[in-house]
Amino acid sequence: MSENLTPENDPAARVTPASRQGKTSTRFIEHFVAPLEETPLAAVDKVDEEAAPLSLWADAWRNLRKQPLFIISALLIILVVVVAVVPQWFASVDPTSCTLDDSAEGARAGHPLGFTLQGCDVYARVIYGTRASLMVGIFTTLGVLVIGGIMGALAGYYGGWLDTILARLGDIFFALPLILGAIVINQLPAFRDNRSVWTVVVALVAFGWPQIARITRGAVLENRNADFVTASKALGLTPFRALVKHVIPNSLAPIIVVASISLGTFIVAEATLSFLGLGLPQSVMSWGNDIAAAQPQVRNNPGVLLWPAVALSITVLSFIMLGDALRDALDPKARKR
Amino acid sequence: MVMFTIRRFLQLIPVFFGATLLVYFLVFATPGDPIAALSGGKPMAPAVEAALRAQYNLDQPFWMQYFLYLKNLVTLNLGQTFSGQEVADVIARAYPVTARLAIMALAFEAFFGILFGVIAGLRKGKLFDSTVLVASLVVIAVPTFVLGFVLQLVVGVKLGWARPTVSGTAPWNELILPALVLGLVSLAYVIRLTRASISENMNADYVRTATAKGLSRRRVVVVHILRNSLIPVVTFLGADLGGLMGGAIVTEGIFNVPGVGNLLFQAIKKGESATVVAVVGILVIVFVVANLVVDLLYAWLDPRIRYV
Repeated sequence: MSENLTPENDPAARVTPASRQGKTSTRFIEHFVAPLEETPLAAVDKVDEEAAPLSLWADAWRNLRKQPLFIISALLIILVVVVAVVPQWFASVDPTSCTLDDSAEGARAGHPLGFTLQGCDVYARVIYGTRASLMVGIFTTLGVLVIGGIMGALAGYYGGWLDTILARLGDIFFALPLILGAIVINQLPAFRDNRSVWTVVVALVAFGWPQIARITRGAVLENRNADFVTASKALGLTPFRALVKHVIPNSLAPIIVVASISLGTFIVAEATLSFLGLGLPQSVMSWGNDIAAAQPQVRNNPGVLLWPAVALSITVLSFIMLGDALRDALDPKARKR
Repeated sequence: MVMFTIRRFLQLIPVFFGATLLVYFLVFATPGDPIAALSGGKPMAPAVEAALRAQYNLDQPFWMQYFLYLKNLVTLNLGQTFSGQEVADVIARAYPVTARLAIMALAFEAFFGILFGVIAGLRKGKLFDSTVLVASLVVIAVPTFVLGFVLQLVVGVKLGWARPTVSGTAPWNELILPALVLGLVSLAYVIRLTRASISENMNADYVRTATAKGLSRRRVVVVHILRNSLIPVVTFLGADLGGLMGGAIVTEGIFNVPGVGNLLFQAIKKGESATVVAVVGILVIVFVVANLVVDLLYAWLDPRIRYV
């Protein structure tokens, strides 16, 4: 018998309908199972064993593509991003050319949503306000991911006194509500005099990072003693390299889910700060500023407050839905069968 | 248990000092001279100005100011506002109002959140479940202040069911609408958490056992499923008490509630560090104590959890 005769290439060992053709057992066998010809191949048997195993991400992507929740939210987010990058494609009217002749006028041709008290086109302002709100959301989330991620990963991976110190530091910031902290920071001279998207981002990051730090710490703690980490260290990786190359990539799933949802809450926080007069400067067009400006007129002209609020809510909603869909896709245990 | 409680209170100390120091520093670094603002920007007699500065310790460097503040704190002297009132008095007036507001909001979100969450979780995929899910998403996505204005306009002004703004004494019945607005976003989170937790536990072995031994549906749901599903919900509610205080800044502004949120916002704008730090200090204590209560509740909800 040759050495490379494995069940795969040994014709006799292969039991396929074709090879069984014409072969009849001489012995009497009582059959309780349907013959192979009549048994359709189950899904499990169709899996191609030669193919590379699916990673968590590829598996999640296969699952996501079929989820209406994900498709809707992804399309909405793409739309919002495009509006933020090229608002002129969506509004032909200049949002800053306002005449008091139009003050608080209703909708008319070319101005579907009417006018603000200052006579600006509401639709154009909603479209052009997208950029500032989205920038705050995205950059705050990135900042929170970097700071909270590093803090949480170091605390969870190394443990000991570093964990104690970072956990206490996180507690201090966590005990102060996000909005309160951001209000106080925005009062600082460097912030009050140079208000822009970036000052709001820094203020929100300063008090928003502990949440991501906690999630990251938990995820890293779960993975730091896993076999693949021990194996990578045994193969000569320094503990830090093992953290960067193996522990963090395997801890990303819950972090991404929380980050997607908090992106929405950061947009709401920016609007709240702008509403309190401590967020973006008046010169920056944003939904929060427009809502704040419309507030005194809300009883006479509610549409001016309504439309930026609707735009904001839809954007936030799509990020929350994306987070929900990602949670379902990235957690195979919770997935519906 | 006792040791655990004591240890947790000891942990409170660094968090308290850290948070107050942080806030004290931030308010200290705030520009503008609060004393100059006191006289409306007009020149002040140098002797008066020096006396005022000395009175509020504003002539001291930062560390000295914080140290003097702590020294006063030990004797329960919270200092004075710039208009000469005792900070302790101001807080004693404002705090009960916000406490009422927060308790009502918390009760509202806990009761309806758990109720709707349980029903939705038990009927996963049915009409009630989908409706509640979509509604909760919308509530989360709409900023609190927009919800506040809309409810104020519709319920307060158009329908006239409630006073649009709250009067000076802020009695319970006038705080219903603000408490609703304050608790609405958290209500949505409580519903979603409860629903997820319930539907996860519904297929557990102990539920099948309980049903198999002939317990009524009500007892299985309330005693077995609900009790085992409450831990994440209770965790959220405990942490939310701090969030409610932050939300109170906005809600109290909309409904003109004379509470801590309003007080805090005004004090931050004035750079009145004594008031800000006192309010934030209390806030931090409430936050940490709430989390301690949550930890102790774990042991009651799940007897396997023991503290030593």
